[in-house]
Amino acid sequence: MAKSTTPRAAKNARTNRKAGRRSPLASVALIVIGLVATGGAYAMFTSSATANTATANSTLTSDGAKLFAANCATCHGMNLQGTKDGPTLIGVGAASVDFQVGTGRMPLAASGPQAEQKPVQFTANQIKALYTYVASFAPGPGIPDKQYLGGNGDAAKGAVLFRTNCAMCHNVAGAGGALTEGKYAPSLAGVSAKHVIEAMETGPQNMPVFNDNNLTPADKANIVTYLKYLDKNPSPGGLDLGNLGPVSEGLFLWIFGLGTIVGITIWLTAKAN
Amino acid sequence: MTTTETPKTVLAPTRGARFTGAAANYIDERTSISGLVKELGRKIFPDHWSFMLGEVALYSFIVILLTGTFLTFFFQASMADVTYAGSYIPLKGVDMSAAMNSTLNISFDIRGGLLMRQVHHWAALLFVASIGLHMLRIYFTGAFRKPRELNWLIGFVLFVLAMAEGFTGYSLPDDLLSGNGLRIIDGLVKGLPVIGTWTSYLLFGGEFPGTAIVGRLYTLHILLLPAILVAALGIHLVLLVINKHTQFAGPGKTNDNVVGVPIMPVFAAKAGGFFFIVFGVIVLIASFFTINPIWTYGPYDPSPVSAGTQPDWYIGFADGALRLVPSDWGFMIGPWTFSLNIVAPVLVLGLFIVAVAIYPFIEGWVTGDKREHHIADRPRNAPTRTAIGAAGVTFYAVLWAAASSDLIATHFGLTIEGVITTLQYLLIFGPIVAYLVTKRICLGLMKKDREIALHGYESGRIVRLPGGEYIEVHEQLSDYERWRLISYDDYKPLMLRPDAKGRISVTERLRAAMSNWFFEDRIAPVTRAELEQAHHSGHGAIEAAPESEPAQLH
Repeated sequence: MAKSTTPRAAKNARTNRKAGRRSPLASVALIVIGLVATGGAYAMFTSSATANTATANSTLTSDGAKLFAANCATCHGMNLQGTKDGPTLIGVGAASVDFQVGTGRMPLAASGPQAEQKPVQFTANQIKALYTYVASFAPGPGIPDKQYLGGNGDAAKGAVLFRTNCAMCHNVAGAGGALTEGKYAPSLAGVSAKHVIEAMETGPQNMPVFNDNNLTPADKANIVTYLKYLDKNPSPGGLDLGNLGPVSEGLFLWIFGLGTIVGITIWLTAKAN
Repeated sequence: MTTTETPKTVLAPTRGARFTGAAANYIDERTSISGLVKELGRKIFPDHWSFMLGEVALYSFIVILLTGTFLTFFFQASMADVTYAGSYIPLKGVDMSAAMNSTLNISFDIRGGLLMRQVHHWAALLFVASIGLHMLRIYFTGAFRKPRELNWLIGFVLFVLAMAEGFTGYSLPDDLLSGNGLRIIDGLVKGLPVIGTWTSYLLFGGEFPGTAIVGRLYTLHILLLPAILVAALGIHLVLLVINKHTQFAGPGKTNDNVVGVPIMPVFAAKAGGFFFIVFGVIVLIASFFTINPIWTYGPYDPSPVSAGTQPDWYIGFADGALRLVPSDWGFMIGPWTFSLNIVAPVLVLGLFIVAVAIYPFIEGWVTGDKREHHIADRPRNAPTRTAIGAAGVTFYAVLWAAASSDLIATHFGLTIEGVITTLQYLLIFGPIVAYLVTKRICLGLMKKDREIALHGYESGRIVRLPGGEYIEVHEQLSDYERWRLISYDDYKPLMLRPDAKGRISVTERLRAAMSNWFFEDRIAPVTRAELEQAHHSGHGAIEAAPESEPAQLH
């Protein structure tokens, strides 16, 4: 704001001076000068604030650069440009790095059909340093706003969206499912709201991107609310057998249901010794 | 029961006995039921665990009837649009059909409703599973032979009806899973050449999903199918009584008698108790384990499909066949495309099912055996039949596994393409390998039995003879144990003989070839002469061969 005001104000001042050196316009000039001074001061103040943040960021960025060079650069390249073993990270955004590193998928343990989830390798601060560093190269999806993470949206709307957009890979109960060539959609049980939203925004592995035009932040918050509901509320019908549908039900019935019954028939027809 | 025996002592009957007698007499004079009770009450049932599997099916059917009646009080078979306002939070305000709405209300807002739903569904799974196991028992013991071929056919019809009942029931709640299932059926029907589209429109009353299908399936599910099922079940049980129960060979058990306990009072008490045990097991499972959580599936909407969408287990083999058919099967004639993706699996499954239905008649024709059989075979003693059964089971099992190919892939860290390809090969070669291996195992076991019957079993006692020779003492079996090993039917390949006109027909040739296939490899049962020979040839002190009973039946 301040920057854009400055040239217009200056132009106004010039025209005023050209129009004549009569005293009635002096007050206008005074106001203009006052405005310019205020704007300039504001601009100076803002820029000095930016300088402070930049200092903090530069520490993070340099930490991130070191971590990146040590853990990521082999595949992603020293300048994030990518190599034959890994894609470029220019423009992937903080959200992508936070998701991949924060869920333990990166650094990759071995190349395979897709990155496996494993214990997280870095502390929260290190992860922050890494994503700050990567985000400093080019803009991309940022860390999701806290207001969407609380799980206070509308679970019913979230459930409808989930069934339409997510269930074909992740299963209606978020239990996960198979994709082609050994890839799979992982289970969503216990995944943090932040990571769920980051995954929707960045589309890790084989997942499509659900940007804010596709699913608004409120929609995403509703989906998170539904997933939290599933996590917190066990199935009303009893143990859920992994939420895998009729296969686990049939398997259970054959092994434990019919198994029990056959055991009982053997007991009933056993001859007394 | 209703007899009026004169008491041996002069004691006057008590009041209770007098009342029972009077009441029984009253009923008998008006219905002549005493004859039936006398006949049925003395019906004998042999005791073996595998003879109770049909009972399990019967009892789970009763449980299904009881809980199903409860569910009909609250279920609305309508596809009219309503907005859910019940107590399950993640569906509040969602539009759905009245069927789904009422099923959710049964689950969450009607006292005991969820338990009843789960008992109904688990009992249905157990019903079909126990029928399947019962059929396998009948098959592998040859209990389908004359005079029971018709009852096999009726039992088969019951199995198909049970699957139809299951599928129609699965589709009623109009949740996402059942809608996806119906969509597959719709695709299946539409895939049939020429008549497909019209049949689909007829079924669904227009374009899928329409607004009619739930109501129609409901009528089938609670009216038509159960009526046919109960009728067929009645005939099945009447034939069971008329034909008597089979029994395994054993001392005193012949083709002309049935050894066991009478219905009244022992069997009735056992069976009654067993009903409650089966009921109890089902309720226990239903209380602790969720089945078909329609609340997570949500209302049906043609756009979403969930990962891991499968039919209930008994339709799984059909789903598996659709998954295994190569996706590029088809050809073009001029401008018309002929896709085999649906027709091929439907034909294969049709042939498989028909083969199961008519197997008793095929085997009867091949053996040419017109005798009645009331002694159940031990599976090993009919190697070819057992091997064919094993091949059939393998075929079914592969199709069944294919229905869960995606879950096999995710849970064992495999690629879904790898799983499908493996299962495609297994579908062809699995039954062949199963056939060969089973047949050899059966023949090996028969050889072992023959050896034991002739020479006894190795006792592990080594004796040194005065001459320095070491021998292992063979213990002889008791007559009772031996009887079990040597009494089985021996079939030989049919001789090809010209008929009255001196010609050999093609059918006869086929029959002789089939008979040769069935009985070419065989281990003959031990004959009496062989037994005597073995026992007199001397393996130390040996008891004499059985004198009174023939060692061979035929």
